[in-house]
Amino acid sequence: MSAPVEIGETSVPRLPRHVKLRFDAARGAWVVLAPERVLVPDEIALEIVRRCDGVTTVGTIVDQLAAKYGAARDEVAHDVVEMLQDLADKGVIAA
Amino acid sequence: MSDLAPPMALLAELTHRCPLQCPYCSNPLNLERAAGELDTAAWMRVLDEAAALGVLQVHFSGGEPTVRRDLEALVAHAAGLGLYTNLITAGVLLDEPRVTALAAAGLDHVQLSVQDHAAPGADRIAGFRGSHARKLAAARLVRAAGLPLTVNAVVHRQNLDHLEAIIDLAVALGASRLEVAHVQYYGWALRNRAALMPTRAQLERATAAVTAARVRLKGVLVIDYVVPDYYARRPKACMGGWGRRFLNVNPVGRVLPCHAAETISGLTFESVTERSLAEIWADSDAFRRFRGTEWMPEPCRSCDRREIDWGGCRCQAFALTGRATATDPACALSPDHAAMLTVAAAESAGDAPPFAYRRFGGAETEPEAPAHAF
Repeated sequence: MSAPVEIGETSVPRLPRHVKLRFDAARGAWVVLAPERVLVPDEIALEIVRRCDGVTTVGTIVDQLAAKYGAARDEVAHDVVEMLQDLADKGVIAA
Repeated sequence: MSDLAPPMALLAELTHRCPLQCPYCSNPLNLERAAGELDTAAWMRVLDEAAALGVLQVHFSGGEPTVRRDLEALVAHAAGLGLYTNLITAGVLLDEPRVTALAAAGLDHVQLSVQDHAAPGADRIAGFRGSHARKLAAARLVRAAGLPLTVNAVVHRQNLDHLEAIIDLAVALGASRLEVAHVQYYGWALRNRAALMPTRAQLERATAAVTAARVRLKGVLVIDYVVPDYYARRPKACMGGWGRRFLNVNPVGRVLPCHAAETISGLTFESVTERSLAEIWADSDAFRRFRGTEWMPEPCRSCDRREIDWGGCRCQAFALTGRATATDPACALSPDHAAMLTVAAAESAGDAPPFAYRRFGGAETEPEAPAHAF
């Protein structure tokens, strides 16, 4: 059995083997494909999920997004961790 | 219909052949025989057309899809098209070379059915001695091959009290998801309804068990669970709405808006042997008939949930009222809702009759009353 994942700034998130991020030409949108689920991430979610490469830490993702959007790091960190924890609980993200 | 969105998922029912004989099988009462099945080339063309149409996920199902020796070739073809591939299987025919070959072909995910938490109850429901042990072995092979596993448990009055043990089994097998699917009553299941309908008390215990397990197993096991229609107050958005997200190609190539759609008389279904999937999706009578909200009667037509539940299930409405355009009786606003509840209460309170097992050429009634197995 798998153990629960707790996301923090040192976590290194990745998409597990059974989850795929790909561009769908028919809809002109990025989609996340998982068992019995298709997620269509919004712009911010896509920015986060695309960085889940099994190398980049959550802390680095937060730094990058805070810089890109000129937002307060605390707020970005809260949002990123919350979203990744939710996706991890659903099995869409591993770390 | 120029703004018609493409379908998300294709259910590819490769065959109706299956070694199991579950009395709630979702296949029609009139099963298609092997001689009429689409060949490999035809299925590959269907996959090509599905991908071009915008389908993202393909579910290889049946019957039992592993009876087809070309399954690996079809999985590889789908994976090559960028489709997300899911195998819906009973598992009893899977051995190590087969699982290895499917993983190598690019299979993304396996959904394995279990009939109960343990034999002999599971074997009795499946009508196949030794099936449960084979399923456990198949689950281990799937996990050893690195494939993610969903366990699918169809639940009813004869196994619902074992739900906690079924949840424990899913965890022990290394599943990351468990689908707890209450029986839906059309076709074989409608015929066996009195043998399958749970009591409300059973249902409430099961719902509480799922609620507790979701907390306990957060991050370990995702549990999909929906309250069954007969005890619901609002209908489910069957198929995400008729002809909106989903299409099903049956073993001989007929294209259906849902796997049970052929239970509705008066609909004609077109075949991939005659027209393209895109044309059938957009233009066929069967897909257009209940798409959107124009077909709806009251109280659906003016209901603020009409684009949430899309009127519920057409097959159920037809099965219970004889009118496919009726409001789904699962809805408390339906004039047929009270009768549905009465049926559920009466049938679940009586003794369970023997199963009528799913067989080619008609059902076979269980030889003994079920009491011996429990």
